[in-house]
Amino acid sequence: MWQYEKTLQYPVKIANPNPKYAQIIISQYGGPDGELGASMRYLTQRYSMPYNELKGLLTDIGTEELAHMEMICAMVYQLTRNLSEDEIKRSGFDKYFVDHTTAVYPIAASAIPWRAEYIAAKGDVIADLHEDLGAEQKARVTYDNLLRLIDDPDVRDPLKFLREREIVHYQRFGEALGLVTDRLDSRNFYACNPSFDKNCGK
Amino acid sequence: MDDRMTLKHRIGAYTFAIWEMTLYLDTHPHETCALNKRRELMEARCQLIDEYEAQYGPFVRTSEDVKGDCWSWIDGPWPWEYGRGNN
Repeated sequence: MWQYEKTLQYPVKIANPNPKYAQIIISQYGGPDGELGASMRYLTQRYSMPYNELKGLLTDIGTEELAHMEMICAMVYQLTRNLSEDEIKRSGFDKYFVDHTTAVYPIAASAIPWRAEYIAAKGDVIADLHEDLGAEQKARVTYDNLLRLIDDPDVRDPLKFLREREIVHYQRFGEALGLVTDRLDSRNFYACNPSFDKNCGK
Repeated sequence: MDDRMTLKHRIGAYTFAIWEMTLYLDTHPHETCALNKRRELMEARCQLIDEYEAQYGPFVRTSEDVKGDCWSWIDGPWPWEYGRGNN
């Protein structure tokens, strides 16, 4: 089960609404490398993980990603409050507005709604951990790209925090991959699949 | 920032540090030094929460989360609502 804490993991306090920024930041909610996909990826993969360290790590990082999703949604929410009809038209936010008003809906910056194809769960620990390392790195690049396009310090500050978290998660997944390969045949990690084969590595 | 917010932020910093140690321990479950560090951080956080609760009332959601005969859990501002008294 999960319990909700009525606070953000890191504060989001944006003084000036900016619907242009909202339209690109929303990609880290419903885009291909966004926080919704990150959480679903890890919380889905954990069931077929063969070792307790990996079950723990995927549960914990999957949980933290939910908190990141909440921060991104808070940013989109604050960037789109109190908009005039004129601002909606001028900023190009009108296309989103016509479908969702100012609800926070999971789409990419390119307007494609969130899709389950953004995540993978192969049921093979090496494939899944490589997927996770790739996902963290891609999310970091997305934050780098957002930081190239955004000047407002109120918006940059939480984005920098989230970018740092991608780096920490990448590090932990790297260690997890090391734990796995240490337990397998060092001459051939692929001799069997410990997520499925009962005596693999024993 | 008033004293209440300063204390809340300090508790938040400990919460974050404890979380970092949690992820680290997931991949280093036998590292005594990290286990002890996490324990120290937990104790320090508990003390700050006691300090907060003595002055300002419940820090986390509890069955005490009632003001008078009203369910105060639903009171705003919610975490995403900056600009509506959530400064």
